[in-house]
Amino acid sequence: MAINTTINGKAVALTAEPDTPLLWVIREELGLTGTKFGCGIAACGACSVHVDGEITRSCSVPVSDIAGKSITTIEGLKGAEGKLHAVQQAWISAQVPQCGYCQSGQIMAAVALIEKTGKPSDEQIDEAMTNICRCGTYPRIRKAIHAATGQAATAIEGAA
Amino acid sequence: MADNPTLEMEQPTPVKRKGVKRRAFLIGGVAVVGAGLFGISILDSNAVKTAAKLTAGKGEHSFATWLKIAEDNVITIYSPHTDIGQGSNTGLAQMLAEELDAAWDQVKLVSAPAESAFANVGLGRGFMGEMTGQPGIVNGIPQSFLSFIARQMNLQITGGSSALRYTGQVTFQKVGAATRLALIETAAKRLGVPAGELTTQDSHVIHAKSSRSLPYGKLAAEAATLSLNNEPELKDPKNYRLMRQSLPRLDIPAKVDGTAQYGMDFSVPDMRVATIMAAPARGGKLTSVDEAPALAVKGVEKVIKLDDAVAVVAKGYWAAISGLRAMTPQFTDGGNGAISTASIFKAYDDLIAKGEPAGEAGEGDVKAAMGPKPVEAKYQVPFLHHAMMEPFALTAHFKDGKLDIWGGMQDPLATKMMAVDVSGLDSDKVTFHPMLIGGSFGRRLPMYMEIVSQVTKLAMQLPYPVKLIWSREEEIAQGAYRPQSAAVLKANVAANKRIAAYSNDYAQTESAESETTFIYNLPAVARRNYEHKSNQITGAWRSVNSTQQGFYNESFMDELAHAAGVDPVEFRRNHLKADSRHLRVLDECARLANWKAPLPEGVGRGVAIVESFKTIVAHVIEASVKEDGMPKVHKITTVVDAGSIVNPDAAKAQIEGGTIMGLSSAIGEAVTLEKGAVQQSNFSDYPLLKLADAPLVHDIHFIDSGAYMGGIGEPGVPPAAPALANALFAATGKRVRNLPILTQAKA
Repeated sequence: MAINTTINGKAVALTAEPDTPLLWVIREELGLTGTKFGCGIAACGACSVHVDGEITRSCSVPVSDIAGKSITTIEGLKGAEGKLHAVQQAWISAQVPQCGYCQSGQIMAAVALIEKTGKPSDEQIDEAMTNICRCGTYPRIRKAIHAATGQAATAIEGAA
Repeated sequence: MADNPTLEMEQPTPVKRKGVKRRAFLIGGVAVVGAGLFGISILDSNAVKTAAKLTAGKGEHSFATWLKIAEDNVITIYSPHTDIGQGSNTGLAQMLAEELDAAWDQVKLVSAPAESAFANVGLGRGFMGEMTGQPGIVNGIPQSFLSFIARQMNLQITGGSSALRYTGQVTFQKVGAATRLALIETAAKRLGVPAGELTTQDSHVIHAKSSRSLPYGKLAAEAATLSLNNEPELKDPKNYRLMRQSLPRLDIPAKVDGTAQYGMDFSVPDMRVATIMAAPARGGKLTSVDEAPALAVKGVEKVIKLDDAVAVVAKGYWAAISGLRAMTPQFTDGGNGAISTASIFKAYDDLIAKGEPAGEAGEGDVKAAMGPKPVEAKYQVPFLHHAMMEPFALTAHFKDGKLDIWGGMQDPLATKMMAVDVSGLDSDKVTFHPMLIGGSFGRRLPMYMEIVSQVTKLAMQLPYPVKLIWSREEEIAQGAYRPQSAAVLKANVAANKRIAAYSNDYAQTESAESETTFIYNLPAVARRNYEHKSNQITGAWRSVNSTQQGFYNESFMDELAHAAGVDPVEFRRNHLKADSRHLRVLDECARLANWKAPLPEGVGRGVAIVESFKTIVAHVIEASVKEDGMPKVHKITTVVDAGSIVNPDAAKAQIEGGTIMGLSSAIGEAVTLEKGAVQQSNFSDYPLLKLADAPLVHDIHFIDSGAYMGGIGEPGVPPAAPALANALFAATGKRVRNLPILTQAKA
C-alpha cells in the first residue's frame, strides 16, 4: 500500500516497504541524492531533513512514520527561480565546505535552528549543531550561521 | 639500488596489486641516469598525443596533456589530483592560469581521465627530489623520462600534501608559461610584429602599439602545432593576479545545494545495491553461511560468497543490509585470535627492552652522552581510523567484455589497474570513472581498498550493474589505520640546561623516518625503530606518522623544559638553529599568542612545533578541563611557514580542519582490538569532535618565507595533540602520555 506524503512541496505516493528508513526512500526511490548516508544510527546527521519543519535524521525514521507529513530536503531549500536560501549563500561566502559530504545535513540543521531561534547565540549553535564534519569545517559553520542572520558581517574574513 | 628505475611497493593484502604505497616507493638510480641527459621536455610525445585524442574535441586544441583551448576561448585544465575538498584543484587551476594569463571566468577544471597518458609527471619528480633530500636534484631529468616513470607507477595519486607543490610547481606553472609563449609566437607571425612587442592578458595576446589583440581561441589551432619551450621563464610573484589570491573554490557551489555527485550517489538503470561483511578478524576466511534468512528478506536477490567475505545483493541498500544482518556467517580468525591492543603494546615493550632496533638514525654518541640519570618517559598511542563521512561506495558493470567502475578514489589510475588485475581483463577493457570523494585523509588509496577487488568480483558474476556500499560498521572495522605505536624517550639535560643526549625508541609497523623531520639541533640524538606487525593494515592517515612522532617529541621537549626549569618556548628556542625558519615560526607564534600573558585560573597554555611535508607549523593552545573531564580548547594561535601560499583562504581552511582532526583524535579516538577484531563499530563508540568542542578562536598566520613550497593539507595535524597535552599539563599538572585523553572510546 502506498504511503502518501509531500516532498519538497510535491505530493508523492511511496511504494517502499514500511520499515525502510526515510533516507533510503529519499535517495533510492525518489532519486534525491543530496541527502547523505553517513552512519545509519542517527549519530552523524548527514541524512538530516525537515519533517513538518522539525530537523530529523532520516536514516532512523521508518517511512511509515511520515505518512501525511511534509518533508523538505536540501533540494527543496532553494527559492523561486532557483535562488539560493540565505543559509546556502552564507555557506558559499564563508567557503564552508571541504569534501562537502556532510554539508547538506549541516545546512538543513542550520536552517531549522535559524527558523526556531531567529538569531542563534553561540550557545544555541553549540547545542543544535551536533552533526559531524570530519574535515573540521566547524569554525566556518559557526561564522556562516552568524552571517546568515546578520550577526557578523565580517564572518567571511579571508574569503574572497 | 638497481641501475634501472625500480619501484618498491609494500603489498599489505594478498591480492596482487599494482598500487604504490604512498610512503614507501623508491626509484633507484634515476638521479644518476638523469644527470647525464640534457634538454628537458615537458612533452612525452606519445603520452601527449594520446591525451589530445582523449580530450580535444572539434574546435579544441590540446597543449602538453594538461590543458586544451577551445576556439570560443574556454580553457579546460585537466587535474590528475582528486580534490577531496582541500581546494587543490582550484589552486592548480590558479597556478596554470596565472602563467598562461588566462581569463579566470573562462577557465574550467575537470578530472583527468584515469588513463596512463595522464600519469602525473610532476608528482614523481617531486617525490624523487624529496626522497633524495634535494628537491633540486631532479631538475636535470627530462620530463619525458619522468612521465615514463609516472606511468610505470600508475601515478595519479593524491596524497603527501603534494598537489600544488609537485604537480603545480613542477608541471602546471611550466605548462601554462610554455603554452603562453607558443600563443605569443603564433600571434607575432599573424600580426607581423616582433614577439617582444606583445603582451598577454585575460586570454588575449595584445599588441599595444597597433591597438590590436587576438583571443587565445583564435591562435590555439596553430600554436598547438609548435613544440613548447621546455624551460619557460616563470612570472615574478609580484606580478601575480591569480596566485596568492583567495579565489572562491570552484567546487563549493555544488556542495551547498545537493547537486554534487559523490561515488555514493551514482546510479544507472537496472542497478542493484550490495553490501558486504568481511571476516571480523582481518586475515580470517569465510567458512560457512546460511543464506536462507537473507533470501527471505523482501528485495534480496542473491548472496555471494567471497573467500573472506559475504555479500548480499538486493534492490536497494535497506534490503541488502537487512539481509546481511539476518545471517550469521562463520569466519576463521586466520590464526590471529590472540591479537589484542594489549598484546601489541606488550610486543612493543618487549622489543624496545630487548634493544635491537630494525633501523637507526641520528647523530653523535648518544650512549656516551646520556649520563647515568636521564629523564625518561613512555608514550602510547592507539590505531586511528580515517572516519571519512562518505562510507565506501563503488559501482561496477561488466558488459560485453568491458568493465566500468564509478566512484571516488585517491588514485584513479591505480584503481583501474587494480580492477584490471582482479578481473583478468586487458587494461583497455577497464574504465574507471572518477567521482567526487566524501573525505579520505589517506583512506582511499587503492592499495588499502579491498572494495575495488570486491566490487570487481561481484560485477564479474552479475548480469547487471551493482553498487557496493560499505556500512559504517564495516567501514570502522575494516580500516587501514594510523599505526598503534609506543615510544620510550630519554634525554640528558646538562647543568647548563641544554640537552646533551636525546633518544627516541619507538615501535610500530615500520620506520617513521621518511615522513618525519626532527627539527632540533642537538649534539647527540638517536631515533631507533622497532618493527612489529599485527593482522591489521596500517595506512597513511593525514600527516602519515607525523602525528605520533610529533606527539612524542613535542610532549617530551615540554617534559624536559619543566625538568630543567626553563620556559617551554625558551627551552625549544635554545635547541633550534639561529636564523632558522623553525625559530622564526616559533617566535612569531609565541609573540602572536601573547605567550607570557597571564591566564585565568585553571587555564593552561601549551606550545608545539612540528615540520611535516616541508611545512613548519606551530600551535599555541589555551585549554582547561571541564567537570566531565573533557578538555576545553579556548583559543589556538597558529603560525605556518609553507614557503608560499597559492590560495590563502583555502590554505587557512586546511589548517583549521587539520588542527581539529588532530584535536579530535587526541581527545577521543581509538581503534582497539580483541581476538584479532576491531571492537568499535560506529560513531557511537568512535567519537569525533563536534562543533561545540571545536575552538571558538583560531588565529592563523602564514609566513611567506619563499622557501621550497611545502604541503598544506596535512601539516596542521601533528602539533595539535602535543600542544593540547602541554596546555593541559600547564593547567592541571597532569602529564598526558597515552592517547586518547578521554577513555570513552571503549577499551
